[in-house]
Amino acid sequence: MTDLLVLSGILIVVVGFLLRLNPLLVVTVAALVTGLAAGLDVVAVVSAFGKAFNENRYVSVVWILLPVIGLLERYGLQQRARTIIGTMKRATTGRLLILYLLLRQITAALGLTSIAGHPQTVRPLVAPMAEAAAELQSDELDDDMRDEVKAYAAATDNVGLFFGEDIFLAIASILLIKGFLEQNGIVLEPLELSIWAIPTAIIAFLIHATRLLLLDRKLGRARRL
Amino acid sequence: MITLQWLYALAGTMFAAFAILSALDRTNAKRLGNAAFWGLLSFSFFAGDRLGDLGNGILVLGLVGLAGFGALGRGDPPTTSQADRIASSEHRGNRLFLPALIVPATALLGTLFLKESGWVDPKQVTLISLGLGVFLALAVCYAWLRPPLLAPLQEGRRLMDSVGWAAVLPQMLAALGAVFALAGVGEVVGGLAGRVIPDGNLLAAVAAYALGMALFTMIMGNAFAAFPVMTAAIGLPILIRGFGGDPAVVCAIGMLAGFCGTLMTPMAANFNIVPAALLELKDRNGVIKVQVGTALPLLVANLFLIYFLAF
Repeated sequence: MTDLLVLSGILIVVVGFLLRLNPLLVVTVAALVTGLAAGLDVVAVVSAFGKAFNENRYVSVVWILLPVIGLLERYGLQQRARTIIGTMKRATTGRLLILYLLLRQITAALGLTSIAGHPQTVRPLVAPMAEAAAELQSDELDDDMRDEVKAYAAATDNVGLFFGEDIFLAIASILLIKGFLEQNGIVLEPLELSIWAIPTAIIAFLIHATRLLLLDRKLGRARRL
Repeated sequence: MITLQWLYALAGTMFAAFAILSALDRTNAKRLGNAAFWGLLSFSFFAGDRLGDLGNGILVLGLVGLAGFGALGRGDPPTTSQADRIASSEHRGNRLFLPALIVPATALLGTLFLKESGWVDPKQVTLISLGLGVFLALAVCYAWLRPPLLAPLQEGRRLMDSVGWAAVLPQMLAALGAVFALAGVGEVVGGLAGRVIPDGNLLAAVAAYALGMALFTMIMGNAFAAFPVMTAAIGLPILIRGFGGDPAVVCAIGMLAGFCGTLMTPMAANFNIVPAALLELKDRNGVIKVQVGTALPLLVANLFLIYFLAF
């Protein structure tokens, strides 16, 4: 029974997110409850939480890009991204995002995971381009549809990254698998692992590209109505 | 040698500037809240290694207190109008893309050529190249566009305020993962998962592993945390040792089943919640909702890939 008590933090996280409470608050309460349930005292839990927060600062370093992105937006970068799409007669939201998906998967498979991303490429370039293409496809793009197109731009970046990066030999997840298996007496080379990421990468491309084409049809349909 | 510490100092400086500019911004009714939040984050980047674990914990509680009780507002720094931007975009043309491409190009070239140079920490070469790219791009922008001196910081603050507290959520979730690990959450979940499989049914065992990877990844927000737990509970004893599955296939595709879970959870904040804030979507879960339609069929595909390729 005491075993199951340490799962109370998971329950708090799930309920907290469902009730749309502030996630920072939810996460902190979940950490405190989990730690206390495991028999740690408050000081030990807060210390463990602070230690891990400090060790993970590199996650937040990416925000140093914002001054560059913001400055270029000040001089019309997003407007330029839209104009370019306007000059491409055959550009659609779906085709544009399929191209981006392919590029993202290939570069991630070469280990170049940080050259694109939400602050780097999605906000300044991909999302405004996708939005501009959607405006051309449908006469009246309502706010919900506009948000959906932007969400697809972000989703395409994620799918491309996740299902490209494991093809690269030296990526963290492949090294984690190698290390785990070694501890259990199974020795594999990274290449033996990473080739098995290829079937999933292809299927991920096919599924997501199909959905992007369906998005095009949905946008196109809006024009005919 | 340039290390991650240099990058932390750069980030710390930027957040300190955001804090000061926030404090001076009279358009934001909650300007002191913003100043305190970005100020604490700046302090974390500068002094995190000297604060001690408890000190860092208290700093985090400060950030959470400010964000959780609504102390953050949104600044409205001076910027250009929509009409100005269209005019500038017409006037400057496609050259505007060049500075935007400097950052990814520097990250790419740095990753390829700086690793062996001895000038930078080889383990952090991409992040450091990204930082160098920021400096290069800013230098080019100052020379070409001649913006007001503080414009990059003000524009950066405009974007940062639109992200708000979500900026530190990925880091917080990583910290929660550490507490979960300390409390042994993984072992308990793995034990439960190992018990639900009917004896001798290969498909059920594969399904339990793949779905378990996805579900536990959704809970932890990270497939790396789920992988050792689920593989120790199901993958290794049942699929590999029990049924004789190929360990490379089971583990590699099992990890990717976990990535399907990453697409469906708010716990993977930097992939799902942060972009929703960055793109100013009305629905915080907007990106996740769009991703579910890709993640679920892909999860089923992974399940059958393990079933057919590993055995």
